[in-house]
Amino acid sequence: MLEFFTAVLTSLSTGAIYALMSTALVLVWRSTRVINFAQAGQAVLSTYIGYEVTTRSGSYWIGFIGAVLSGAIIGAGIDRFFMRPIFKRVKSGPIVMIAPVVATLGLLGIIQAIVGFVWGLNYLTIAAPVSTEGLKVFGSVIAFSPFNLMVLISVTLSMILLTILFQKTNLGLALRASAYSPEIAKLSGIKVEAIRTIGWALAGAAGGLAGMLYVPGSYLYPNSMEVLLVFGFIAAVIGGLDSLFGAVAGAMILGFAINFSTTYISYKLVFPTAFVILILVLLIKPGGVFSSKKGRKD
Amino acid sequence: MVKISTNRKRTLAFVLLGWVLLIISDRVGELRQYQGSFVAMYALAIASIILLTGYSGQLSLGHSALMAVGAYAGALSINNLKLHPALALIVAALIAGIFGLLLGFTVARLSGPYLAGTTLALAVSLPTVANQFPILGGEQGIIFDIGTPPSRFGEDFSQYKWFFWISALAALITIWMLSNLLASRYGRVFRALRDNSVAAQLSGINVGRLKAIAFSISSGIAGLAGGLLVMLISGVSPSAFPLSLSFALLTGAVVTGVYNLKGVMLGGLVLVAIPEIAESVVSRIGGSEGFTTTLPGFMVSALLILAVLFTPNGPGQLLHHHKKKH
Amino acid sequence: MTLVVSNLTIDHGAIRAINNVSFQVATGQLTAIIGANGAGKTTLLRSLSGLKESKSGSATWNGDSILGRKSEDLARSGIMHVSDGKSVIAELTVKENLALTGLWRKDKKDVAKATEEVIELFPILGERLSQTSGSLSGGERQMLAIGRALIARPKLLLLDEPSLGLAPLIVEQIFQTIKSFVAKMNLTVVLVEQNAMGALKIADEGVVLNLGTAVASDSAKNLLNDPAVRAAYLGF
Repeated sequence: MLEFFTAVLTSLSTGAIYALMSTALVLVWRSTRVINFAQAGQAVLSTYIGYEVTTRSGSYWIGFIGAVLSGAIIGAGIDRFFMRPIFKRVKSGPIVMIAPVVATLGLLGIIQAIVGFVWGLNYLTIAAPVSTEGLKVFGSVIAFSPFNLMVLISVTLSMILLTILFQKTNLGLALRASAYSPEIAKLSGIKVEAIRTIGWALAGAAGGLAGMLYVPGSYLYPNSMEVLLVFGFIAAVIGGLDSLFGAVAGAMILGFAINFSTTYISYKLVFPTAFVILILVLLIKPGGVFSSKKGRKD
Repeated sequence: MVKISTNRKRTLAFVLLGWVLLIISDRVGELRQYQGSFVAMYALAIASIILLTGYSGQLSLGHSALMAVGAYAGALSINNLKLHPALALIVAALIAGIFGLLLGFTVARLSGPYLAGTTLALAVSLPTVANQFPILGGEQGIIFDIGTPPSRFGEDFSQYKWFFWISALAALITIWMLSNLLASRYGRVFRALRDNSVAAQLSGINVGRLKAIAFSISSGIAGLAGGLLVMLISGVSPSAFPLSLSFALLTGAVVTGVYNLKGVMLGGLVLVAIPEIAESVVSRIGGSEGFTTTLPGFMVSALLILAVLFTPNGPGQLLHHHKKKH
Repeated sequence: MTLVVSNLTIDHGAIRAINNVSFQVATGQLTAIIGANGAGKTTLLRSLSGLKESKSGSATWNGDSILGRKSEDLARSGIMHVSDGKSVIAELTVKENLALTGLWRKDKKDVAKATEEVIELFPILGERLSQTSGSLSGGERQMLAIGRALIARPKLLLLDEPSLGLAPLIVEQIFQTIKSFVAKMNLTVVLVEQNAMGALKIADEGVVLNLGTAVASDSAKNLLNDPAVRAAYLGF
């Protein structure tokens, strides 16, 4: 019973981190129709910045803000100064379909190299602001710490904020309109390109947040977000790539599947579980688990 | 005048190239022979990407994993089944091809982003899975020993020359077969698939099946390249197949021009040259450990981006356009 | 306030979609551009709203060139294009669709007023405000698309096939509504239509396009009585 209870809690907190990455991927996919593989690089770079700020200021929370802000700036910068020129330049030939994706891969490589160059290839860590020791429940220690709880709360809060932004504000309306129909949005006078850049900024911020919540329980090195990128992608596919709600739900499904299979079957099953789920979704419901006409509205 | 068919001409060209390589291999040092083997191995791997991306319009980031499948299959068949090394390389290609066929039937019909992401997931997760099976040797991996060159080649015949002969021969034969395939009816169908899969479907082509077949052939070639790779480094372990290998292959293909098999050797040369150039840069200006290890990756990625920006359809395409205009 | 299009030429890949077309629309006038499917009407309109690059020629609105400018800038300067295919965003509600053209306007009071006027013009929209636009009928979507454009308080309205795919009764209703608000708001309108009869009936001027070339250009009344036009485009 306690094992079950623990598995539920850890599922929620790992799912929460996947949700940040899947949300970031969906935000960019909706506006740009590109799976942004550089997201792993953006997230790791802003987490390194968060690490640097944390070490210098001595406060995790200042580092936290640093990571989220720099993530937003990096995301916006990449869209404005990298993606836009590529879309403008590569207009013809069969490579058009793969050029933007290939470009994000190249960017991932560049960012990882720069990070390795600046901070070295050592495994770094960021001290958590609250204890990472497992909580005591009825006298026994479970694999769920106050920090895990903090992760859960932070992600829930940011998802609520994001929902409010999207559903209740003018900016959110412009973001949704530009994603669903860039042409109608333009003809209505909305500056779609600028709005797209804001979408990239939000995605970048989510990546920075993911890094600051992931690293204290793990390590920071140039490739440390690749795995999160993959899980984020799988979660986004489960949710149908287009829907923010789907991205979060998909992340939770993935979090539960991974944690339960590793708790009850074998700790070796992290990747096989994720991969099998991905293949199953692609085979059975390639449009995502929630893909009905109704499900498209977030 | 007797008309020589294009197929004959192509065969002749490959034989000639092989002969030239043979002569060259006799006159260069061991380091160059060893590097030459890598060029051949990379050329083969790049050819597998070109078949997939250039001819059937699919983007795979998982070819490092497919190479790993071939490499492990080859190693196991030498170590556990005591197969002849040449057979082991064929087994590497076959097993990777079968793996690719299974995967292809599931994912090859998917549209771009799904395929790219799924193959990425494969590239990231497969090496970690390999870690967990004792038969695959965990983190250390298992040895891959192709054996010493046959004694009839004489005392002077070095291991490196042996490597080069095997790699070059494997690459030449495979790429020859591949270019024959692409010149055939299948090649035209593949191109039709890439340029307009809807039209291809309307004209009665089973798009899903053909894409899966293309994926399978590509995987088989990648598996063979994987076998060659671990032959060259004498062992197979998860760390030999990082995600960056997939990126490097993609870079090699884009630099070569994804629509042109002819340039694969150039792509292979570039991939071998990059670490060399990086090393000489570092030795000249010095640098930290981080700088030394990250520079090649940086160069590969930068090259990829530059190629996409400036010669998106390959250097050959650029030339072709100029010719057309004048 | 006039729209002046002169010698406009537009290519669609290797195909010439619009060939050397010239016409003018005076303020407060409604010009109908009619022609069969594939005559290049939509392409012409798309170039005027910045969605399509032109090859040569010019188009000015009040003396300012409008070719090659960004669609969103043109929209903000009062040129509203209602594209064909019931241009509403199906995933958004009616209210949200209407709000799009008010997002960037500074005068929020006037936005509210304009929205009220639009709901007065199309009362059915008022009843459906919180429904998703995907659930509307074809005619309702057309009203929504036009209503959204009107909230921007446009000076020049580019309407692309408002009658497309609608039942005859609804078509009649839409044309009458267009006629009434154009007169009331002193709008300048370019109306692209396959339904030549309906369009010419409410238009001041007409241009007949055939395979990208303007084959006739006259007052709507004269075009309606022109035997050649009647035979080719009006069906009797």
